[in-house]
Amino acid sequence: MNNTFKKRKKTNLKYIFKNPPVIIGLLIVTIVFLLAFFPTLFTKYNPNALSPSEVLKHPSKLHLFGTDNFGRDVFARVIWGTRVDLQLGIFSMIIPLIAGSFIGLITGYYGKWIDMLFMRILDITMAFPFTVLVITIMSILGQGIKNVYFAIWIIGWMVFARLVRAEVIIIKNSEYIQAARIAGFNDRKIIFRHILPNAISPAVVYATSYIVICMLTGASMSFLGLGVEPPTPEWGALMSEGRSYIQIAPWMTIYPGIFLAATGIGFSLLGDGITDFLRTKGR
Amino acid sequence: MKGDEIINMNNSSRDVDNVVIEVKDLYKWFPLKQSILEYAMKRPKKYVKAVNGVSFKINKGCTVGLVGESGCGKSTIARCIVRLYDLTEGSIFFNNKNFTDISSEQLRLERAKMQMIFQDPYSSLNPRMSVYETIEEMLKFHNVVSKDKIHDRIKDLLEMTGLSMDVADRFPGEFSGGQRQRIGIARSLSSNPEFLIADEPVSALDVSIQAQILNLLVDLKEKFNLTVLFISHDLNVVKHIAERIVVMYLGSIVEMGDTADVFENPYHPYTEVLLNAIPDLNPEKRTLEYVIEGELPSPTDLPKGCKFHPRCSRCQNICKKINPDLKILKCGRQIACHFPLK
Amino acid sequence: MGKTILKVENLKTYFYSKEETVKAVDGVSFEVYEGETFGLVGESGCGKSATCRSILQLIKSQGKIIGGNIIYKDINLLNLNKSEMSKIRGREISMIFQEPMTSLNPILKIKKQIFDGFYKEMKLTNKEKELRALELLKLVKIPSPIQRLEEYSHQFSGGMRQRAMIAISLAAKPKLLLADEPTTALDVTIQDQIIKLINGLKKELKMSVILVTHDLAVIAQMCDRVAVMYAGKIVEMSDIKSIFSKPRHPYTYALMNALPSKNKRKKLEPIEGTPPNLACLPNGCSFAPRCKIAEKICLEKEPELYELEPGHVIRCHMLHKTSAYKSIIESSNER
Repeated sequence: MNNTFKKRKKTNLKYIFKNPPVIIGLLIVTIVFLLAFFPTLFTKYNPNALSPSEVLKHPSKLHLFGTDNFGRDVFARVIWGTRVDLQLGIFSMIIPLIAGSFIGLITGYYGKWIDMLFMRILDITMAFPFTVLVITIMSILGQGIKNVYFAIWIIGWMVFARLVRAEVIIIKNSEYIQAARIAGFNDRKIIFRHILPNAISPAVVYATSYIVICMLTGASMSFLGLGVEPPTPEWGALMSEGRSYIQIAPWMTIYPGIFLAATGIGFSLLGDGITDFLRTKGR
Repeated sequence: MKGDEIINMNNSSRDVDNVVIEVKDLYKWFPLKQSILEYAMKRPKKYVKAVNGVSFKINKGCTVGLVGESGCGKSTIARCIVRLYDLTEGSIFFNNKNFTDISSEQLRLERAKMQMIFQDPYSSLNPRMSVYETIEEMLKFHNVVSKDKIHDRIKDLLEMTGLSMDVADRFPGEFSGGQRQRIGIARSLSSNPEFLIADEPVSALDVSIQAQILNLLVDLKEKFNLTVLFISHDLNVVKHIAERIVVMYLGSIVEMGDTADVFENPYHPYTEVLLNAIPDLNPEKRTLEYVIEGELPSPTDLPKGCKFHPRCSRCQNICKKINPDLKILKCGRQIACHFPLK
Repeated sequence: MGKTILKVENLKTYFYSKEETVKAVDGVSFEVYEGETFGLVGESGCGKSATCRSILQLIKSQGKIIGGNIIYKDINLLNLNKSEMSKIRGREISMIFQEPMTSLNPILKIKKQIFDGFYKEMKLTNKEKELRALELLKLVKIPSPIQRLEEYSHQFSGGMRQRAMIAISLAAKPKLLLADEPTTALDVTIQDQIIKLINGLKKELKMSVILVTHDLAVIAQMCDRVAVMYAGKIVEMSDIKSIFSKPRHPYTYALMNALPSKNKRKKLEPIEGTPPNLACLPNGCSFAPRCKIAEKICLEKEPELYELEPGHVIRCHMLHKTSAYKSIIESSNER
């Protein structure tokens, strides 16, 4: 009698993934992960193997993307660079996502002075462009991929904190949170069991775009010589190495660039699919 | 701040053991943020004076209706009783034990016995928890039953509120407003409460569903001998479910008594206005004159003396200067007025 | 009964989405006469609001008026182009809404919003506009109107905002006012004021009003004729006295009995079940699954509108059973 329902909105993954852009995104990201985990499946060349006799060769059947100024196979370097860039994207994003969300939950829930403190730090930091800040921190910490991570972590958490805080402020006054308080649940339970699942969506959605931002920032740092140490293959570094040879060996720069752009697009499209999925789940 | 006298609501003999909730001299003022200029000029702080010296008792098994228009403080009182808000002044007694001045551990234990049903079925349930999870959480937290009995208990609670166990895995978004209210009621009953506050539980529902939920509440409160504080702006609904009624205006009680009596013979001019304002279902009975002129004054700037005097047709000089206390009359009615209707 | 000012014929407004088609208004026909208040009453989802908005073509983007005619003073509004329709809105037919908080523009002074209601062809000078705006505020009984003209909506209380919205809607002297749940969000004493205000204005300005509400008591206090809607269709329509003294449709009757009226202390009689899903309506009568007197034919064949008496139409197969319905007003004597 009382069990008639609204038709359950199709939240199955099947429905979401019928969307062509999302399928493309998923395809690209899958390929990227495969390249990162199993590079030897795709190339037998050692990316760091010098070969003075094969310097700056055009792309051919032997060397699909040609060779660079040290005779290294560019295809191999691009393939092996995938794992570096993927790590840059994902590991740079994870810490800000988790730490930022945590801080956003706390400041949004408790408010008062802790919130004021956070907002002022945020205001000051957000006045500067992201890349400028990263470069500044790198110049203090020095070169190296580890420092790229640290630099991004130091700044990146704020955006996530702000996103989560905004949601928390709205949610904490909802009636179901009042019900949780009246039930006697303590703050920790309310924050993590009730508020967090409802507040995290915007942060997770933004995280997918943030992977792209981090990857590009890491690539930019490497391009500027601040990121990975040579001879580590990394797309930004590869593009930087190819800069001086761009007229005679454009393949050194073009192919890493294409892979970087394609990976970014892939994650973005996938991110859109996740957004749609989160929006319809349980609503 | 002068409080009102404590008055026994029940006509029967003073039976202290019978009182479940006692509200004593409750004040709740919300401070308004001051601008820097106002602070520098040392202007006095402004407050939204939501509740101003409210005292009443509720006996076991009794349903008390709390009525009034917006800004009268009824929702604020509810939230003060449940300790969602801190009181500005006054105290709450639950089963004759102090409920306001206790440790948080004590409070947590007492919470199981006092629960609330909310107005908005669309925001009173966690959208990311299934029905099963929502009720299970309550059962586990308050150790209501042992682990192996949880499933059965959830089944009982759902069936009690007119739902079936099939729905337990669904999420709130898949239910209609009326069904969500049932889930909310099941949740509030899961900790075996003695006292239930219903804050406008049917106001957001269609008439046909409203009737279903009201009948359900009446059945449940009789079955479990619940003590209920029922808040509503709809006097007809309150008449249906509450034996005693408390009428509020701008943070103070103006009249208290048996529901049927108050409806038949209101003593306070505001109560009469409220009753007359309800549109009549009889199309032959139409009048042109307003039941009352003007609007509610701002709660930051309350009138001096009796708060109702600017709009009252019986206002005299004394009403403008002195705020009438809540006095008990011979028939058991309580009224705060210098010139009651009878 | 005067001339017909608005005639709605077999109106159909459907809302389309990827997954389903919601038949919000499914073949609605009625007439509104000059100087009368016509009520559309029903619960949420019955299509009363959608009908009202269709008249002024103010439906959300997923909705389309796919059939029927809306004839205002011999003009079919559905045949008008955008600019012709915009001349009708606000000038001939005006509308007020449920939430005055969100219907008024928070950044414009009230005066400006009233001025916006005056249209070019009225050819008013600024002085005339000021005077007329002042008159309008006085008409809706807003105290201190001269001061209020210069204020913003956040400085008004709920009741006053509603009055201001009424004043704005009357700026161009419309002949028909559409009121979509105008009192639902108001306190009962303010509701009383607004009900009586609109009743008075209707007489004074010789205007017709279409009132949309779920509250039967408000209908009783304001309307001359009323149509009860369920699942996108009119199920009963009559003059105001008949609907309360001799309701003939089971839904109308059930609705009245589900009301907690001041004088009943016995158990309420709810309508069991839940309102139907407008995207997938059952065969036959939409109310049959919840109807106490439904029979086999009700589940198979949809009933047509049948004229019981002049001016009283019903959509039901079981009319022979409903003549026994007793009026609910008998129990509502004093107070």
